[in-house]
Amino acid sequence: MFSDLAVLMFSCVLINNILLIQYLGNCPFLGTSKRMETATGMAMAVVFVLVLAGIITWLVEWYVLGPFDLKYLRTMAFILVIAALVQFVEMFLKKSIPTLYTGLGIYLPLITTNCAVLGVCLININENYDFFKMVVSSFAYPVGFGLALVLFAGVRERILLARTPKPFQDTAIGLVTAGMLSLTFFAFKGWV
Amino acid sequence: MAKTLTQEFTKGLWAEIPPFRLVLGLCPTLAITNTVENAYGMGIAVTFVLTFSNILISALRKIIPPKVRIVAFIVAIATFVCVVELVMQAYTYSLFMKLGIYIPLIVVNCIPMGRAEAFASRYGIVRSTLDGLGLGIGYTLALSMLATFREIIATGSITLYEKPIAVLGASFEPFKFLVAAPGAFICLGLMLGIMNILGKK
Repeated sequence: MFSDLAVLMFSCVLINNILLIQYLGNCPFLGTSKRMETATGMAMAVVFVLVLAGIITWLVEWYVLGPFDLKYLRTMAFILVIAALVQFVEMFLKKSIPTLYTGLGIYLPLITTNCAVLGVCLININENYDFFKMVVSSFAYPVGFGLALVLFAGVRERILLARTPKPFQDTAIGLVTAGMLSLTFFAFKGWV
Repeated sequence: MAKTLTQEFTKGLWAEIPPFRLVLGLCPTLAITNTVENAYGMGIAVTFVLTFSNILISALRKIIPPKVRIVAFIVAIATFVCVVELVMQAYTYSLFMKLGIYIPLIVVNCIPMGRAEAFASRYGIVRSTLDGLGLGIGYTLALSMLATFREIIATGSITLYEKPIAVLGASFEPFKFLVAAPGAFICLGLMLGIMNILGKK
């Protein structure tokens, strides 16, 4: 049981890295990776929201959509749950933990349209994970997201100082760099 | 500066073609451009969602209160994504299985959301329809172009419908790197660079 979960954790963080291998969440990846500060802020916000969103959507799927035979409404139900959750988390943090809010606040509204969040919630359902596996995967995927984002931000800060050809500046060279980074994660393939 | 209706449509095909000029909707661009069939399947699905969500949002633009507009946009988009999901499951099941998780993810694709916020909530129905159609077709073209390049180099063949057709001769050594994840990123990066060179005035 425990080793299963450890393997799942490892594979979610490294082998099936959500950003570089499964291609989810690329818009915030390119948008927030220009500075290390914004990258870490985004990474923390995604971990925080995704653990909550994973648990709630899993409960919605098995206790609301399943019994009432409404599975075809899954996409709509999940996105509404996530949008409401993000709004709620934002208000909650603002009132009760202002220090955390100043750190994460500006990233929270962006998370609703981060496809990594909805993507992981759907993966949890499609893979038929039980409760513990679901919790591990909802935690491990965003950790992998954060890892890749922070690594990439580190590389990108250096690229800003380099002299890149004009047409390739910014996004184009960013994508090529992401490709190189993805290649390093590719090396984990086949470990489990 | 008012644009004519034709310009509203054609801007999506070159001047603002996503994902090259408007860097939006990257996730499906990277994930499903491994075969041409997947690429245009996805493109058509996005075009449908984009056009109809633009129409609906533009029709309701005076009713939706500005404070809850984001949620309202998401609901409108999610409705059409559900429609696409069910239709594809019924009629093109093998494509539906191949695109998998990326179909529900059209909801959080930045293109419909971005157009709803930037265009449909400000202009009339006719303009919004043309804008949605134009950008959708542009997106389909861009995806197909990227997929053609990746698939031909990676496998030496091209999948237009169900079965791959060999394009390059048998002596061609497949370059598998391009269908894998790193190849997708690098290929899109180079494509963006090339588009920047071409678009330079």
